[in-house]
Amino acid sequence: MEYKLNVPITKEDEEVILKLRAGDVVYLTGVIYTARDAAHKRFVELIDKGLELPVDFTNGAIYYVGPTPAKPGRVIGSAGPTSSYRMDPYSEKLMQQGLKIMIGKGSRSDEYKEQLVKYKCVYLSTIGGAAASISESIKKCDLVAYEDLGAEALRRLEVEDFYTIVTYDAYGNDLYQEGVKMYEKHN
Amino acid sequence: MREIDLKLVTKKVEELLLDACSNIGCKFLDYLNEFKEREESELGKEILSKIIENDKLAMKQNLPMCQDTGIVVCFLEIGSEVIFKGDIYEAINQGVSNAYINGYLRKSVVEHPLNRINTKNNTPAIVHIKSVVGDTFKITVAPKGGGSENMSLVKMLIPADGVEGIKKLVLDTVRYAGGKPCPPIIIGLGIGGDLEKAALLAKEALMREIDDEASDPYANKLEKELLEEVNNLGIGPMGFGGRTTCLAVKVNCFPCHIASLPVAINIQCHANRHKSCEL
Repeated sequence: MEYKLNVPITKEDEEVILKLRAGDVVYLTGVIYTARDAAHKRFVELIDKGLELPVDFTNGAIYYVGPTPAKPGRVIGSAGPTSSYRMDPYSEKLMQQGLKIMIGKGSRSDEYKEQLVKYKCVYLSTIGGAAASISESIKKCDLVAYEDLGAEALRRLEVEDFYTIVTYDAYGNDLYQEGVKMYEKHN
Repeated sequence: MREIDLKLVTKKVEELLLDACSNIGCKFLDYLNEFKEREESELGKEILSKIIENDKLAMKQNLPMCQDTGIVVCFLEIGSEVIFKGDIYEAINQGVSNAYINGYLRKSVVEHPLNRINTKNNTPAIVHIKSVVGDTFKITVAPKGGGSENMSLVKMLIPADGVEGIKKLVLDTVRYAGGKPCPPIIIGLGIGGDLEKAALLAKEALMREIDDEASDPYANKLEKELLEEVNNLGIGPMGFGGRTTCLAVKVNCFPCHIASLPVAINIQCHANRHKSCEL
């Protein structure tokens, strides 16, 4: 199935998250935030101290990306996903803050999959290494915080029809397991 | 003797890196396209189409094909009849710095593995210098991404493990890596030498042309068999299932100790970036 989804998720779209199944294609439009390892570490330090996060992630989406610098005349540089498993230790605390969508690439821990079910969240993928094409669906990019982290800073992106594939849904389905099972041949 | 001006080395390193990051080359795209035509998974086919589309866009608009523009690995072949004045490492690092700062590439190098502070110019490069007979001076650069490098390993097998042990290690490694190294991948396999030699052989294997076949009959046989067996794993493009997990296996071998069978597996993502030139 193919879906179009506005982010952050609106009240009427809350149901859509629960319709998504591993293997569906979702085009996101709206605002998503960039963060990788270093920014996640800072988020969790703030949460642990009871301090406010630099942005409100309620019903929102984080994209694991460290883009290249924008060339003159471009909104953003190349912006493909980074491997998501490195964010596994931090993700639950952000889901507890209301984060609904995480976007990256590659498989993640079983604990993380269980958390998606618990908090009714989804894990989406973009295509690793298709960074130039992906940047075409990013219409605006603003630095929000952690400028010292360079490519790893927290950025606010406005996206239009941003192509993603549902990788883990809110029911524990896993596209990697399903896909590989279908094509595996025994040597 | 032939003198090489290190300023030229700096300039060539910069040019090669900029070219490598945005220009995958038509030969590679044709190769990828052949796999796409044969891919049985619909989603897999779509992903391969999008990768090809991305790489064409990157070439046309001179954009980095991937945002991870890597840590720079640089191989130099320096002829015995070549001389130069000054610090060759500094010349290379200056070229890296120029490319990454002026060329809008991502700076992905930290100054210390434990303090994690970014060097902000993507230096230092990892430099391997080989001495050869003659007056050649060859530079190869490879911006190497972290995602695929993180899925690589070196393992000291024992002679009794043999070819079957090597194959099992490769298949287990690729299966474990799944979608993380951005398949379709290329596998550089270094067999023999010792611990660090095996790793270097694997990296050197990745510098071979995509359609190059090993001349050593043992390596050649292993390349063909492993390509088929890895693609039977069903991992597919991005790990979502399919026939196209691996585009090529490159095996480089070297003599080793009677007690050892060192094996290094270096995984390269589909952003197969390496460029060479001779001065």
